[in-house]
Amino acid sequence: MANIISDETIEYVGILAKLELSDKEKEQAKKDMGSMLDYIDKLGELDTEGVEPMSHVFPVENVFREDVVTNGDEREAVLGNAPAKKDGMFAVPRTFEG
Amino acid sequence: MGKQYETVIGLEVHVELATKTKIFCGCSTAFGAAPNAHTCPVCTGMPGSLPVLNKQVVEYAVAVGLATDCDITRVCKFDRKNYFYPDNPQNYQISQLYLPICRNGHVDIKTADGTKSVGIHEIHMEEDAGKLIHDEWEDCSLVDYNRSGVPLIEIVSEPDMRSADEVIAYLEKLRLIIQYLGASDCKLQEGSMRADVNLSVREVGAEKFGTRTEMKNLNSFRAIARAIEGERARQIELLESGQEVIQETRRWDDTKECSYAMRSKEDAQDYRYFPDPDLVPVHINEEWIEQIKAAQPEFRDEKMARYKAEYELPDYDIDILTESKHMADIFEQTVAICGQPKKVSNWLMVETMRLLKEQEMEPEDIRFAPENLAKLIALVEAKEINGTVAKEVFEKIFDENIDPEKYVEENGLKTVNDEGALRKTVEEVIAANPQSVEDYQNGKEKAIGFLVGQTMKAMKGKADPGMVNQLLRELL
Repeated sequence: MANIISDETIEYVGILAKLELSDKEKEQAKKDMGSMLDYIDKLGELDTEGVEPMSHVFPVENVFREDVVTNGDEREAVLGNAPAKKDGMFAVPRTFEG
Repeated sequence: MGKQYETVIGLEVHVELATKTKIFCGCSTAFGAAPNAHTCPVCTGMPGSLPVLNKQVVEYAVAVGLATDCDITRVCKFDRKNYFYPDNPQNYQISQLYLPICRNGHVDIKTADGTKSVGIHEIHMEEDAGKLIHDEWEDCSLVDYNRSGVPLIEIVSEPDMRSADEVIAYLEKLRLIIQYLGASDCKLQEGSMRADVNLSVREVGAEKFGTRTEMKNLNSFRAIARAIEGERARQIELLESGQEVIQETRRWDDTKECSYAMRSKEDAQDYRYFPDPDLVPVHINEEWIEQIKAAQPEFRDEKMARYKAEYELPDYDIDILTESKHMADIFEQTVAICGQPKKVSNWLMVETMRLLKEQEMEPEDIRFAPENLAKLIALVEAKEINGTVAKEVFEKIFDENIDPEKYVEENGLKTVNDEGALRKTVEEVIAANPQSVEDYQNGKEKAIGFLVGQTMKAMKGKADPGMVNQLLRELL
């Protein structure tokens, strides 16, 4: 494997993804990420001179909605799956302003 | 001798667009609904939901770009900005990083040293987040997603401003442009216009910029000015004492007039942007731009020229009336009813501006109906009420949008035009004030003013002062 993922990197990626990994899982993740990066390096060998970066697989453009209200009050359904709710709102662990 | 410092300021201005629906779904953007009444699977980030772009958002963004001399990006795309926070249900915000819709523009502002051009780095489209309410009683926060998905444009300036005055001038100019386009009402207090201030200081003459901080939570022009002064002083103090400015986001507390750092390293600012695969690219061709241009409403300069030609108003009046689109709208609607441009202009320029200032309001906050101002002007015109009463009634119109005809009737404020009644009061006043009468007869012009005042008082203000004056002179 050409790409070696450091302990710091896997720790940082864990924080960004809000994942708590066990030591065993960390080792596996390091290996997986390394081989993924190897594959990306392989793609990097291709000559892409003059090729537009692709952000969408279908050649579709300009799909729009008109500015017309189509949705009604769906509070019941929207809150239906909430693990906790109060006063018609989603209740979440306390956050500090910011 | 102390070092001289220069302040370098760039602004990120978020503007809520005046669309009827959200940016990616058909939920209403109307303000003030019950919590979560304007939500659906798309704006609450349900798995499997598909966002579809509101065409009007693109058209407003292009219109603002054209009005600020930007280049319009012919192929633009949306990207995901990834972060965790409960007001962001998808765990990413749909925004534009790589190909924003507008770039390289500028607006010209008036400063003490003449006209200055402030560069616009870019304008991009994005979605707003929900609102968090911190529960007083339980250890939790409550989320209302009505605002989630409301369309925003973010206007990013170049670091071209050097003082609070320039920042305010820039914001006022932007607000005027956007209001005239009808793209937003731009109310700072209500959050439909929000400005984040990026500020650094450097020694005068230095080439390199200093380390900057970003200041948030600024919801009035005054707060912005105070925050700029406060942050400039804080940074200079750090440098003078041999410390360094840390690049961070700070939150301004306007009541305490100080700021504090907002984020810790726990939430690292690494947004891992990538193109949003749910949304297809937006191609904007010449034809579409021409259509948007053709649909643009009258701009301020055009309006000013029209007011001069059509209403023959002095430049001074035109300047004040057109400084706010809302004010100009009220002016035109009132004139359309009563056909008295100069009179309408006077009520708006003098009394309305005075009341706005007294109550610390913006012209956008004017709530009275043009019909009521037109009725008031007609009452004065017909001499049904005098000038003093009219001002009193106008305050009621301004505060409570009352119907002046009814109000005058119900409160018995009509001018007494009955000469008999007036003559009787004048005679009484003359009899009661022999000293003033003598003074007047001895050539003291001033004394008549006192007698007019006494008569008006006796009439409870409901007389025509001209008529009182005339009667007094006649009887003396």
